[in-house]
Amino acid sequence: MWEFTNDRPIYLQLIEQIKLRVINGTYKPGDKVPSVREIAMEAGVNPNTVQRAFLELERSGILSTQRTLGRFVTDKETDIQNNRDDMAKEQVEIFVGKMKELGLSGEDVIRLVQAYLNEEGK
Amino acid sequence: MSVNLNTVALTKRYGSETAIDNLNLSLESGQIVGLLGPNGSGKTTLIKMISGLLTPNSGEILVADKKIGKESKALVSYLPERCALPDWMKIGELVTMYKDFFNDFDENRAYAMLKDLDLDLKKTFKALSKGNREKVQLILCMSRNAKIYCLDEPIGGVDPAARDYILRTILQNYCEDSTVIISTHLIRDIEGVIDRVLFLKKGQVILNTTVDEIREEKKMSVDALFREVFAC
Repeated sequence: MWEFTNDRPIYLQLIEQIKLRVINGTYKPGDKVPSVREIAMEAGVNPNTVQRAFLELERSGILSTQRTLGRFVTDKETDIQNNRDDMAKEQVEIFVGKMKELGLSGEDVIRLVQAYLNEEGK
Repeated sequence: MSVNLNTVALTKRYGSETAIDNLNLSLESGQIVGLLGPNGSGKTTLIKMISGLLTPNSGEILVADKKIGKESKALVSYLPERCALPDWMKIGELVTMYKDFFNDFDENRAYAMLKDLDLDLKKTFKALSKGNREKVQLILCMSRNAKIYCLDEPIGGVDPAARDYILRTILQNYCEDSTVIISTHLIRDIEGVIDRVLFLKKGQVILNTTVDEIREEKKMSVDALFREVFAC
């Protein structure tokens, strides 16, 4: 499912969601990805917007075009790893930022995360 | 990309009222354009002039370099706000009528879409639900290979599922060398579908930009911007 919020450009949200699909293996390394039109129809968005997201993803190396054959997910695992790390880092930044707003220190955050993980692991 | 619509100093008056006021507009192919504005801002008047149904008082309109007339009408597919089809006709007969009227009408495309909807071609148009009437009109309109599609309130008055169907049908059928103009008040529903936004106020274009630019620069949706600009 594709979901979009109203306050940010749709192509940016498409980029994130396609990246996520590559990282979590919905689109596997070396796989062909759906065409511009297919994604446009599926997500109910303008084909030009999908095209723009694809170009951006090609530039960052996540996707590559092979003339006439279509677009493929990179088969370089390191590229996918790097993107996963980048996305994770972004989430950590947001999370830690919110914790600081609550007045918590770095140690507090680590303690809380550790406690949460212990609880979840039970 | 080529220019599909060009208006120069276009003006339309109804008596002492100016509906379209010295409008200069140029739209390229490959775009879906949202024509947005409050009631009475001139949306329908503009669409009707592009479709050749109203004559401007002054100024000029070019549709793919053709002046308004027989040749331009062959390039514009118009979906009126109010249904203009003879409602006693059967769906199948409407398809035949469109085929007779328009050289660019692709009947196979129309039949395929009608089949997807599971609509009986022998049913009269009058007997359909409002939602299905809207869908049939849109199918007929989008089955033409036109340069400009003028859709006047295509999603007004139908349920959200029917809206999704209509928007997807538009996405599916427009091609790179055509321009789709959608006039509507249901901005939230079309935000993801359109490239370009035109805000029309008292017959003039006060904003002509892309959805992504609005979101990037103003950090707000087109819907929110509309409410701000046209707050009463």
